[in-house]
Amino acid sequence: MTDRYVIEDRAKNTFSLSREALVSPIVLEKEHRAIFDTCWIYVGHASELAKPGDFRTRHVAGRPVIFCRDKSGAIHALLNSCRHRGATVCREREGNARQFMCMYHGWTYETDGALKAVPGPEAYGAAFDKQKFGLVAMPRLEHYRDFYFVCFDGAAPPLADYLAGAKEYIDLVVDQSPSGRMEIIAGVQEYDVKANWKLLVENSVDDYHLPTVHTTWLNYMKNAGVNVRPPKEEGLLLPSKGWGKDLGNGHLTTDNVNFRGRPVARWISIYGEDAKADIETIRRELVTRLGEERAARIADTNRNLVVFPNLALNDGSSVTVRTFFPTAPDRMRVTAWCLGPAEETPAQRARRLDAFLTFYGPGGFATPDDVAALEAVQQGLAAWREVGWSDMSRGMAKPADAQLNTDEGHMRVFWRQWSALMDRAG
Amino acid sequence: MSDRRNTANATREEVEEFLYHEAALLDAWRLDEWLALTTADCGYYVPPNDKPDADHRSTLFTVADDHARLIERVKRLKDPSAHAEYPPSRTRRLISNVRLTSHDGDTIEAAANFVVYRFRRGDDRREYVGHYRFKLRRENGALKIAERRAVLDGEELGALGAVSFIL
Repeated sequence: MTDRYVIEDRAKNTFSLSREALVSPIVLEKEHRAIFDTCWIYVGHASELAKPGDFRTRHVAGRPVIFCRDKSGAIHALLNSCRHRGATVCREREGNARQFMCMYHGWTYETDGALKAVPGPEAYGAAFDKQKFGLVAMPRLEHYRDFYFVCFDGAAPPLADYLAGAKEYIDLVVDQSPSGRMEIIAGVQEYDVKANWKLLVENSVDDYHLPTVHTTWLNYMKNAGVNVRPPKEEGLLLPSKGWGKDLGNGHLTTDNVNFRGRPVARWISIYGEDAKADIETIRRELVTRLGEERAARIADTNRNLVVFPNLALNDGSSVTVRTFFPTAPDRMRVTAWCLGPAEETPAQRARRLDAFLTFYGPGGFATPDDVAALEAVQQGLAAWREVGWSDMSRGMAKPADAQLNTDEGHMRVFWRQWSALMDRAG
Repeated sequence: MSDRRNTANATREEVEEFLYHEAALLDAWRLDEWLALTTADCGYYVPPNDKPDADHRSTLFTVADDHARLIERVKRLKDPSAHAEYPPSRTRRLISNVRLTSHDGDTIEAAANFVVYRFRRGDDRREYVGHYRFKLRRENGALKIAERRAVLDGEELGALGAVSFIL
């Protein structure tokens, strides 16, 4: 496979990435068509719309969207643009609505998008058909276990096919809830990073950077009594072994033996002695419901999953749902939430949130340093005309099933898919 | 909440002086001296932009440190491996509208507005605007911080990016 941006030679084990792909406005313009308008893009989670009439407004792939539940309980993703003259008809972040009324001239829509009324209807001709002037829905909306995605491409496969091997890893998250109901916890983190959006895809699954970028987090863990010494096995840089995996269709994940603790269900000293018995209770529930093997699979591994192109489910110190969109070649907007089992007790919920903040988010002990790293990369990329290529060949000489989380095999999965879609768009 | 000039055991002038001193220590990155201003049960909170009045036990915050975590945060910030703050940002805090909002037993509650300017080489100036809600207590006669809540006014962090220094 050779094209302008990704050059791979499997015989020589070289994989080079053109830095132009990370700085060019022309590439970004093409990505909107080739990537964001053809792939399934995460829009929100069913738990954010608990009751009929609940809504959330957000931007998805550059479009203003109302993610809402109508009177009958059905979930919609409506384009937030009045059919009359274009204004956003819902301007609040979230809430519960009986209808959406445009503030400009008062056109009013039902929560399923149907046009309900316009002021002074008699001024429109007989051919004016209200049924043709409902809010336009995102062309396709499907969900997998309450994670809702939209797609603009009628020819794209159904979501369940698109997700391919990612489904297994979403299951490992959702099965943490006894009832299979995970929920988005209140409090959203929305922040910009001055870096190309694809750098956050890489960073979300790149465990090679952990010892250097997250030294202070590892020290914090060590100070709290967590064992962070790498095991005595050649080639291991981290406190435990982990792999990087290809899940098909450009999706990828890390799959690591856990050392950092898990609210479901592996105790570490940071949780406090008091939490030991409770974590054991959670663990017993897993074993009873799912058996020893699957309970261990869920509780003793942590996994950072990327659903191509821009959804990260980091099931690590806690669970974060993170999505990000480019606003410029060198800038992205990140939105991140914490996810937890709906039936958690208040103490369990507090522990999950506390564990989240040890690592993740704009005030965490790790994410700000990731942001600093990505911004340093973007600054360095200004020399792309002279230093034209990045190397992403780490681990390439090894077989596919031997790719570690500190190799770059899983990142190559993303770039191959990205490259194929960009080629396809011509 | 009343807006008394005095509570039973502190004047606004004393609280203002204390907050200015705290701001000066933070701007100078004298973090150990700053830490010494906190009580052993001190909490430091930055609520999420969309839920400024929420409880950190049920809502995802930007920062929710108990005292043990706060000690670790200071350790981290003094380490050159805290890349987001190395070299340390230059900050300048403007504190105003200081009010004593209530007094309950040993605890004095105070509020103040802030603008924190943050500068880094090669980066845009970032302006953190919001208000503080403090709980102060006396230890051996001196005011100490028992709780410190920095509430940002922005609807989202957006261009501020991170809260990687002590806000």
